[in-house]
Amino acid sequence: MSAAAGRPKAGSAPPGGSGEVQDASVGAPVREWPLWEVFVRSKAGLDHKHCGSLHAADAKLAIQLARDVYTRRQEGVSVWVVRSDQIVASDPGDKAAFFDPMADKVYRHPTFYELPKSVDHM
Amino acid sequence: MYTQAMDTMGKDRTDLPKAVRSAEEAALQDKFDARIDAGEFIEAKDWMPEHYRKTLVRQISQHAHSEIVGMLPEGNWITRAPTLKRKAILLAKVQDEAGHGLYLYAAAETLGTSRDQLVEALHSGKAKYSSIFNYPTLSWADMGTIGWLVDGAAIMNQVPLCRCSFAPYARAMVRICREESFHQRQGFDSLLTMMTRGTDAQKAMVQEAVDRWWWPSLMMFGPPDAESPNSEQSMRWGIKRISNDDLRQKFIDATAEQAKVLGVSLPDPELHWNEERQHYDFGPIDWKEFWQVVGGDGPCNRERLAARVAAWNDGAWVRDAAMAHARKHALLEAA
Repeated sequence: MSAAAGRPKAGSAPPGGSGEVQDASVGAPVREWPLWEVFVRSKAGLDHKHCGSLHAADAKLAIQLARDVYTRRQEGVSVWVVRSDQIVASDPGDKAAFFDPMADKVYRHPTFYELPKSVDHM
Repeated sequence: MYTQAMDTMGKDRTDLPKAVRSAEEAALQDKFDARIDAGEFIEAKDWMPEHYRKTLVRQISQHAHSEIVGMLPEGNWITRAPTLKRKAILLAKVQDEAGHGLYLYAAAETLGTSRDQLVEALHSGKAKYSSIFNYPTLSWADMGTIGWLVDGAAIMNQVPLCRCSFAPYARAMVRICREESFHQRQGFDSLLTMMTRGTDAQKAMVQEAVDRWWWPSLMMFGPPDAESPNSEQSMRWGIKRISNDDLRQKFIDATAEQAKVLGVSLPDPELHWNEERQHYDFGPIDWKEFWQVVGGDGPCNRERLAARVAAWNDGAWVRDAAMAHARKHALLEAA
């Protein structure tokens, strides 16, 4: 649900946001359970997919809560949780420059090569 | 479960978009508008106008609060469900509402507001939740009626939100809508059982519940379009896709037919099929009552909020103990 690492930490500036949000939390006692991102493997053979986040005091509790919150209807056979503040993400502001080098390498794609009809199923 | 259209607060008008401050910001704004126009999704880390962020924090958190407060009227009946089957169903439904609240809080948090801040806004009365939950649940038939009408209205409201421009909200809504259908169907099933196999007293109980919930359910779609000051901006931003009045009409057209199947009447003498419009006409809604409940003077406003605050305060030692336990074990592992 969240863009995992996209989530600003409490007390840090939300990207492009107002100053209002974080000011209110400055000096607040750290009593809130930390945030975890939840990944669920929906069935054997598939990869784990990010499905949301939750607050939990520790890893064991996070796994337990992830089961209750995200797999009430057999949505998964395996759950991963990871502290949100441990995820590093690419910068959406750099998206164009960061991914641009791939745009001009059309020869990486099979459709780049025009073959005779008789072997084109290759 | 859901919440009426969230643009009900006249005071929101004070935070209308401010004049753009710099050329750089103007360029970002243009880029943002172009993305919205192209039907793109906005992710949490993307640049967004301050007013867009604020509108979403308010709407998503109010939606989350509604899910959480919405557990109270139904939780009230879990121990008094007439059969083990109905008890298990109601328990599962109330647990779903808790889950929906959690998905939504998590979506709101991506915008940079912490969970504690969101909860504090509810408990201090600063943030609103759907006024429908400020009505009491007086009989067992209220459980079925809430499923049929209140969750039915919720589904009408929520399906378009699956295409909301803010992606974390849209993703949460997809998940919620997938689960919501069970809520409406179990309610209708419960009422239908009483109407087809019940005693006269049980049938009368169903009718009485429908009479009480019909008008508040129609109010869940929010004030008429003409009096909905923020709708236009929310439409522009792709936060809202269908107007309050259009959704309300769609809901009335669907439920009027379902009422026939159920064998109950709806408490509106002006409810008639209009051949020309191909819609049901309906009588005037008492908006005075709506504003009164939104303003804090509904039948259960104080009770609901007091129950939430008490639950939060009573659970404080559990939250603190879990944190202390986690800290202790982290220290032991480090040693």
